[in-house]
Amino acid sequence: MTLAAFAYQRPRSLAEAVEAMAEAPDARWLSGGMSLLPMMKLELAAPPALLDLSGVEDLRGIRDEGDFLHIGAMTRHVELARDPAVRRDAHLASLAAERIGDPQVRNRGTVGGSLAHADPAADLPAALLALDAEVEAVSARGRRALSVQDLLLGPMMTALEPDELIVAIRIPKHTGHRQAYTKVPHPASGYAVVGVAVAIHEEGGRVRQAAIAVTGVALKAFRAARAEAVLAGQAVDQEVLAEAAGLVCDGQDVLGDVYASAAYRRQLAQVVTRRTLEGLR
Amino acid sequence: MTEEATATQVRQEIPITVHINGAAQSTAIAPNVLLSEFLRDHLALTGTHVGCDTSQCGACTVLVDGRVVKSCTILAVQADGMSVTTVEGLRAGSVLHPVQEAFRAHHALQCGFCTPGALMLAAGLLMDNPHPTRSEIREGLDGIVCRCTGYENIVEAVADAAERLAEEVRPHGA
Repeated sequence: MTLAAFAYQRPRSLAEAVEAMAEAPDARWLSGGMSLLPMMKLELAAPPALLDLSGVEDLRGIRDEGDFLHIGAMTRHVELARDPAVRRDAHLASLAAERIGDPQVRNRGTVGGSLAHADPAADLPAALLALDAEVEAVSARGRRALSVQDLLLGPMMTALEPDELIVAIRIPKHTGHRQAYTKVPHPASGYAVVGVAVAIHEEGGRVRQAAIAVTGVALKAFRAARAEAVLAGQAVDQEVLAEAAGLVCDGQDVLGDVYASAAYRRQLAQVVTRRTLEGLR
Repeated sequence: MTEEATATQVRQEIPITVHINGAAQSTAIAPNVLLSEFLRDHLALTGTHVGCDTSQCGACTVLVDGRVVKSCTILAVQADGMSVTTVEGLRAGSVLHPVQEAFRAHHALQCGFCTPGALMLAAGLLMDNPHPTRSEIREGLDGIVCRCTGYENIVEAVADAAERLAEEVRPHGA
């Protein structure tokens, strides 16, 4: 189906991109296009202009910055899944990236695009929430950093201003943490009915830090704070894991739809969380 | 914005050069033309099929710079400067690609509509991972929806194609 007409520019630098957006405030950023182009076909989005970010070198590459990994916003999912530094220091991000969509989508889709799109059942937000990642955003007014937690406001809603662009994701290294991502995909769409991301750091047989983040279950990905609190400081056994898993949806308005009722989804999230935690042992 | 400016914007055409099946194609093209439309409607390369046209079925899969991509979900202007291989470019002259031979040998199709996409997906997966396990083949075929075969013969064909390609690299079994 032919897309409605729009104007197109491919800026050659970040400065040029920001300037072009300031001149055409109704324009939209085009990153991998894996969500935006289908939305335009379905007339859910009709931007008068697209600014294609593929020519902006500053948005590429993965760098080691000491305690952090710097992931350029145009990093493709396939690159995130395979990068040796990411696999070593933020394995959870790789594990989630390799479960996104299908091979064609992972070859085109980008980290920044996925976060900015903020689909409530997307894989990356859960992993990046659990890893305490932050995004660096830029506009004509300057740069700012915000946590992924603060970025995600709701379904397809973020704290980004319309003219703001995610330039990078910064992930604190989780080198010694045990990490896992479990996804129950919807059989047709491939999106998560439930997706659970965990990163656990133990010392001397006790949990020093526990992060559990869930996608697909509520209107945005969330951290399971009460479940995390149950694990903190504990010598983990079957009973503690079961108690934590039972609290994973605590305080959440769990989604129900034709495929998975709210009660089923809640139960599934608890089971998936328990199995994911058990799998780390 | 004046009416004149709007009209100019709608008529915008972007010069692009895309290397398609080894030949450079230079043209000026409207930004809303999809790569699938460029291939089929502008270049008459109708081997690339468009099924769902919403990035789900994978029938339109081609290789872009050696990686599998759904041509219905990339603008032709985004392929500027890149190399695209379609099903028409898969074989070498009159010799079928090992993936094509394997699909024929295992009858990895029924109606054939998704087959161009399945062939390109298989070829791309084997470039990326020349010795996939059965499970990796099944995982990779997630990128194509085939309503006829139940996938079994496609999995067989991809496994066989991997062996045929390995034979090509080491023709004397050394």
